[in-house]
Amino acid sequence: MAEKTLMKGNEALAEAAIRAGCKCFFGYPITPQTEISAYLSKRMPKVGGVFLQAESEVAAINMVYGCAGSGIRCMTSSSSPGISLKTEGISYIAGADLPCVIINVQRGGPGLGGIQPSQADYWQVTHALGHGDFHALVFAPASVQEMVNTVTKAFDLADQFRMPAVILADGLLGQMMEPVQFEECEIKMSDASKKPWAACGHKNERKHNIINSLYLKPEQLEDTIKERFERYEKVKANHTEAVCDYCEDAEIVVVAYGSTARLAKSAVDAARKEGIKAGIVRPVTLWPFPVNELNEACRNAKKVLTVEMSMGQMVDDVKLALNCSKPVEFLGRTGGVIPKPAEILAKIKEMGGND
Amino acid sequence: MEYKKINIITGHYGSGKTNICVNMALELAERGEQVTVVDLDIVNPYFRTADFEKLFSQHDVRLIAPMYANSNLDIPALNFDMTSIASSDGYIIIDVGGDDEGAKALGRYLPVFEKHDSQLLCVVNKYRYLTKEADEATELLADIERACGLRCAGIINNSNLGSDTDKTVIEHSFEYADEICRKTGLSLVATAGKAEFLENAPMPFPIKIFVRKIWEEFEQEQA
Repeated sequence: MAEKTLMKGNEALAEAAIRAGCKCFFGYPITPQTEISAYLSKRMPKVGGVFLQAESEVAAINMVYGCAGSGIRCMTSSSSPGISLKTEGISYIAGADLPCVIINVQRGGPGLGGIQPSQADYWQVTHALGHGDFHALVFAPASVQEMVNTVTKAFDLADQFRMPAVILADGLLGQMMEPVQFEECEIKMSDASKKPWAACGHKNERKHNIINSLYLKPEQLEDTIKERFERYEKVKANHTEAVCDYCEDAEIVVVAYGSTARLAKSAVDAARKEGIKAGIVRPVTLWPFPVNELNEACRNAKKVLTVEMSMGQMVDDVKLALNCSKPVEFLGRTGGVIPKPAEILAKIKEMGGND
Repeated sequence: MEYKKINIITGHYGSGKTNICVNMALELAERGEQVTVVDLDIVNPYFRTADFEKLFSQHDVRLIAPMYANSNLDIPALNFDMTSIASSDGYIIIDVGGDDEGAKALGRYLPVFEKHDSQLLCVVNKYRYLTKEADEATELLADIERACGLRCAGIINNSNLGSDTDKTVIEHSFEYADEICRKTGLSLVATAGKAEFLENAPMPFPIKIFVRKIWEEFEQEQA
């Protein structure tokens, strides 16, 4: 068993990336995720990797585009306003079928918004992380340990399906400290020479690879997109994930992700102690959304409550997933305000009392 | 714990300085002393001493925090006059931001610290990632001293694993703290931890855990 250490969420994400075989990091500082850059600026040179503070977020994501094209595991990170700047580059990366990992430690928006925790980028990350027909893998860890485990998974699946993967955290997860363990992980597919598409030098042994997202004929572009969407179907079929607690007999099922799920879990625990049959579903993958897991968990539910640090974004996907088979209510705080477990508990009680 | 007029608490990022500062302030307040806590953290955007405004006011502890602490303006501006703070009655506890980056903020106040009876104390935690070895902690201590221009007067061993801390966790850090003291020639001024874990600790400093997650606070209230 590996030894435990105490780490900030942001530091843990950074260390986990190195252990997952990430060789290059390109970033630009922004609160509340700057510790990722600060940590990697110290550690990357010691492990023979590259840390580069770019002149802007746009530059950083385009460096990721180039680096990913050569088959090397690479990463960038930012917080909400910075991710908006990166979306053009992310679209190009998706259009060129390249793997990379992007971290968003969300803060309040829109605009400059604020530096306190938020989950108001759900729509952006799951539905519109740039122009065009594409998806990114989206993971929503809820603890510092889970962030560590997610980084490896994100790199592996990004490589396997040749698509960008996003780890969607928030200021609370990024700034808080928890004990973590780093288990030895097997690094899959990190070797560029084993990626047949990588532009890493043909050495006169094969045709040269081209990294591109421009197609001259519409039919050719359509075929490329259709092929990409066939890959997405495989991801949807095999890589959804959710953690469910007390759902077997739950009449009220709370759905929450990331740090909000920690708050909601405390409220659900308290509700159970008061004899209310409450349960909780925590989507771990936000794209693909865990549709089957949610339906299974809500089998006996009379009502569903979605809790978010936003005005209500994931709640749309919850309704779609349940196909209006259950009434879905919403509780949210926004602008950097964190919902209190007591508020969530009061809402659960109110919903339970309406029968 | 032995206090001077001005107590400057520095150390590695995430070593638990804020929780130590809150405990020191409350200990002094319970003794009936006048206490001022200065939040000098220019590194952390949130989770800082300024979070404890309510607790401090309940204990008549004066809190001085940067005007933008915990606001949405991410500006490390220090807008207070240390000379007048230091000339007021009672004890002063200064919570400094982590590492040498945070300690830089102390430099401009050197003349004030030199004029008054003051001490720089360094908090160490064996379980923090980049200071797990005594050598790393010692090196960082030298960086902090260089950055602020002050000599450290003692070591506070605050080794902890957050909510996973127990007696064994703390006891496994005694040798680490010893080694830091040997290497730096400094003395250990406190071993911090919950009272029930400090049975065998040298210089025990029993503390309460004030820096908690929102759900931990709620769970405690429920219990």
